[in-house]
Amino acid sequence: MSPSPDRHRTARFEACFLPHLDAAWNLARWLARSDADAEDALQESMLRALRYFDSFNGENPRVWLLAIVRNTTWTLIAKKPGQGVHESLDEDLHLLVDGGPTPEAIALVASDIAVLQSALDTLPAPLREIVVLRELEGFSYKEIATITSLKIGTVMSRLARARERLAAELVRSPLEVSP
Amino acid sequence: MNCHDALLVQAYLDDELDAAQSLEVARHVETCERCGTYYRRLEATRGAMSHPQLRYQAPAYLRASILPAAPRANAASRHRLPAWGLALAASFIALAAIGGFGLLRGTGTRQDAVVAEAISGHMRSMQLNHLIDVVSTDQHTVKPWFDGKLDFSPEVTDLVAEGFPLAGGRMDVLQGRSVAALVYRHRLHVVNLYQWPASGSTEPAATAADGYNAVSWTEGGMAYIAVSNVAPDTLDAFVAAFRGRNSLRNESKR
Repeated sequence: MSPSPDRHRTARFEACFLPHLDAAWNLARWLARSDADAEDALQESMLRALRYFDSFNGENPRVWLLAIVRNTTWTLIAKKPGQGVHESLDEDLHLLVDGGPTPEAIALVASDIAVLQSALDTLPAPLREIVVLRELEGFSYKEIATITSLKIGTVMSRLARARERLAAELVRSPLEVSP
Repeated sequence: MNCHDALLVQAYLDDELDAAQSLEVARHVETCERCGTYYRRLEATRGAMSHPQLRYQAPAYLRASILPAAPRANAASRHRLPAWGLALAASFIALAAIGGFGLLRGTGTRQDAVVAEAISGHMRSMQLNHLIDVVSTDQHTVKPWFDGKLDFSPEVTDLVAEGFPLAGGRMDVLQGRSVAALVYRHRLHVVNLYQWPASGSTEPAATAADGYNAVSWTEGGMAYIAVSNVAPDTLDAFVAAFRGRNSLRNESKR
């Protein structure tokens, strides 16, 4: 019995995407915010990835897979009642850069994992996905733009806004905490 | 500072600027207090987000079942089974294997299949944080660790002098059979050495697939498959070193 073409295809598929399973799970889990939904999203994503595998051009399998995971997860979440995927998002930047603490005084208050998790978890979905892709997965702006089908400028401004929100929760200066 | 500057400072933090721009922003951040403050805030935030536990790890059962058409015979039955289900399924397969075939004594295709599975096992072990169950460079720690976990005692030999220090070992499954996997390092590479009892004797045979190399052989009552992404001649050197040490030791036992 010689291996069937299907088997070869599956082996190639595994070789391509198995190394990125953790990245796929991490994104799905942060977007879905529950194990059960993330699991459904990932199962569906892998099925789609296999279906469209022949259209994959061989470049950057991680970006290709995560684009599928991202879209699949949002589609799945949108079907669930009470989940606001399209949370209204004011695209203007309101950076709190003025009147902040002096550089020397900046200190990270939160290093507790539960606090960090909750800070990221409570970000609006459009901001959360950018932070996960940039800070947790280390994608470049261009790669994030490809995965999310957003313009690079939008990626940059959302990332700045997300970070500003995170900083407001996680970063303090001695001046701010003292009476 | 306006928003345009803010995005430039951020792009500098994210290493998205060319060298000239990068230098310019670096100087600016040094001298402008507001931009400096903004930069430190971004930096602190990024530091917070780099906490390793923020990144979710795919659960083990998912790794086994997530691939849609995994070419494993039992893939469908494992789909979404809880852990005890997996154990049950595995034990059925183990029974079938004991009743059925010695892993390496079959036809050429069966040999190919077990090597292919060893290679994909190696790939999984590299990606799934399941490389090593017992971490030790001491063969006298690694060998006893397998006692009671396997129905045989694997050959464990450190090969540090030959350039392949032992890193540890773990349990693995090939074609439904529990096997020992020894983990050796070679510079930045990893060599997985699978072994399980088998009769007969075969000379080392090399296979390559998906950028990985495998060498399988049978001797002294054990079947072996070494898998790695090191160059073929390096893997051959590993196999020669392991066989050399082993035969020396077995002679001295007599």
